[in-house]
Amino acid sequence: MCEPDKPVVQLQGITKRFPGVLANDQVDFDLYPGEIHALLGENGAGKSTLMKILYGFYRADAGTIRVNGKLAHIRSPRDARLLGIGMVFQGFTLIPAMTVAENVALFMAELPPVLRRKDLHRSITQASERYGLALNPGALVWQLSIGEQQRVELLKLLLAGARVLIFDEPTKVLVPHEVAALFHVFQSLKADGYSLIFITHKLREALTCADRITVMRQGRVVGTVRPQEVREETLLQMMFGERLAEISAKEKRKPGDPILELQGVWTKPVGTAPGLQNINLTVHAGEIVGVAGVSGNGQRELGDAILGLIRIVRGKKIFRGEDATRWPPRRLIQSGVAFVPEDPLSMAVVPWFSVLENLALLDLRGFSRFGGLGLDWRRVREFLNLGFSKLGLETVPERVRAANLSGGNLQRFTLVRELSRPYHLVVGLYPTRGLDVRSANAVRQAFLAAREEGKGVLLISEDLNELFALCDRIVVMLKGQIVGEFRPEEADLTEVGRVMTGAGVVHAP
Amino acid sequence: MSWLLSWISGAILYAAPILFPTLGEVVEQRTGMVNLGLEGLMLLGASLSFAVSFVTRNAWLGVLAAGGAGLLANLIYAWLVVHRRAHQLAAGLALMFFGIGMSALIGKPYVGQMAAVLPKYPLFGTQSLFFRYDPLVYVAFVLAPLLWFVLFCTRFGLKLRAVGENPSVAYAAGVSPALVRYIGAALAGVLAAVGGAHLSVGITGTWSEGMTAGRGFIAIALVIFSRWNPLRAIVGALVFGGAVVFQLQLQAMGVGVSAFIMDMIPYVLTVLVLLLWGRGVRYVAPASLGRVYFGAE
Repeated sequence: MCEPDKPVVQLQGITKRFPGVLANDQVDFDLYPGEIHALLGENGAGKSTLMKILYGFYRADAGTIRVNGKLAHIRSPRDARLLGIGMVFQGFTLIPAMTVAENVALFMAELPPVLRRKDLHRSITQASERYGLALNPGALVWQLSIGEQQRVELLKLLLAGARVLIFDEPTKVLVPHEVAALFHVFQSLKADGYSLIFITHKLREALTCADRITVMRQGRVVGTVRPQEVREETLLQMMFGERLAEISAKEKRKPGDPILELQGVWTKPVGTAPGLQNINLTVHAGEIVGVAGVSGNGQRELGDAILGLIRIVRGKKIFRGEDATRWPPRRLIQSGVAFVPEDPLSMAVVPWFSVLENLALLDLRGFSRFGGLGLDWRRVREFLNLGFSKLGLETVPERVRAANLSGGNLQRFTLVRELSRPYHLVVGLYPTRGLDVRSANAVRQAFLAAREEGKGVLLISEDLNELFALCDRIVVMLKGQIVGEFRPEEADLTEVGRVMTGAGVVHAP
Repeated sequence: MSWLLSWISGAILYAAPILFPTLGEVVEQRTGMVNLGLEGLMLLGASLSFAVSFVTRNAWLGVLAAGGAGLLANLIYAWLVVHRRAHQLAAGLALMFFGIGMSALIGKPYVGQMAAVLPKYPLFGTQSLFFRYDPLVYVAFVLAPLLWFVLFCTRFGLKLRAVGENPSVAYAAGVSPALVRYIGAALAGVLAAVGGAHLSVGITGTWSEGMTAGRGFIAIALVIFSRWNPLRAIVGALVFGGAVVFQLQLQAMGVGVSAFIMDMIPYVLTVLVLLLWGRGVRYVAPASLGRVYFGAE
């Protein structure tokens, strides 16, 4: 913890402008050898941009990068790797059809023209044992769990000779016990003199694992602190500039009539995704039902089946007493099913349309003028503003293209569009994934409000804390089946986590 | 007994002209390109090699010319899909029609003529009537394991397959997807045209219009059957070759069925084999197959 020598990486005055946004404004950042440095901030604070500049993915408009004291011109990820800098992205860059060894070999600097499988496997096994990254070099990557794939990414960097390792929200895709294992790996890497930067918006992670924490807000560095010298509230204040209300705990109530019933529902498996297998699930009025599970275990299919996006091959879907098994999506929407997806950009909006245009799309007939020849934009705008005030949300700039809005803004817009019309059931598919704390809380408040109004809520989420805070009941999905049901007040988080991963069996293939 | 021997011997002979384009297409598809132009390339190779062989009285010069023409034609295809970002299926079909027309034009004066053919060497001993093949047959069967080795055991093969799976990842690893695709296309062009040449100056010693009779498309089917593995391609080529010879033998025996129906046997059999064994297994097809690669950003 003493400052042994000069920083390995030193960023000075980094400025990066994207159209309409100042993503990084005069940012200074340094990293010392053998240090774990957390980069903390909400979404859109500029953390990823800064690191992508260091990795040569973007180029800074102004500022300098020094690596080991020397001025470095990093024009591409390749340049960065030659300087010993490696980055693990959120979306992995692995080739699923190849083995672990092949994926690693592809990035190795000194590879003989004829591959020596045995040597390759040996060096992989050595490195993976040294850092507790248990992996079988001969395994095909598509057969691995997300956590294992992350280990392959890391191994790839290590064997390519990287000494500075950047992780972009590494814990986002992991279940609790995997997070603990990852932090353990971080510590052993640190002990071997590697320097680590990890980007996160989770306060606790930064506090548990980092030697220093740099907090960013709106493109600027707010400050750099040591975890033992700082309190959680102080960090929160640094992140948000104000105190945040925790989500209010809910009151117990008797649920009303069933809104949605799934009776023995099956769907066809597609590719690697499991189909639904004999799903029995009821959502009552005034109830939030949570669906927990490691992603890829049928949750998306469950959402799709409810919304009528995929065919139910066996079983029944009953919506407010009517058999809705074969209803097309349009009829479901009109009958009062609202949908708040993950990543609205790909699922809920047309990216190159403005906010207003996207809203108008919802009900073209309703907003039309002159018998459909024009649209009444004033009414669209009123509808939008009314929606924001009704739901108590911050407004979003209405003339900006959807693609240029931040995740939080977009999700608030989706909430308004979906929830300010009459509805009975709202389905949330990872609605808070990737959002900063404040935006995520806005989504959660909206769901709680829906419950208060006697709507049915189905919340599919990976965030167990979120599910425990909001839900009246939680079901756990594994391989397309419901494998457990809990009441949050009676259950324990780790217990649910264990059921999620298959009753304690960790990553059975 | 001699019937069986002649059948096996013939199957190997007729496997060669289909094995060449199949191997080429395996490599090309492993780089992420589907080439529907094989039929055109084969025809081009067949007619050009025959014409050159007829004029120069040297079959080898014919094979050489065919390979060169196939290389050139397929590099144009690669340029279209790699640099001009053309749709692969459309570009492939264009190549096929070009090949059909061009081969008819080149071969027109030589229909019904005989040209010099490749010399034959026996596989065992000297006196046997069967298992006497021209060198291209031996080349085809040696090429398959060689390509398998290159694809799966070398650094270049790893990079080539990476391009076919995900060109962006390959680029990040310091590989040039464009270069790799040009190399794949060059090889596939040469092999397809040589396959065609083998039909005209290796097996029949004649040229007739459309003589490849859809082998270019069977080759594409065999690529799928072989699961993009050169070794399995041998099996596919032998099945097809065996069916061709079986059909020829039936005709020679004077079985009273229409020759047109007989001609269909190899193709029907190929379809059946595909049905039974060609079932899709997860992650066998190169993931970027048929997609346009727009560069790193």
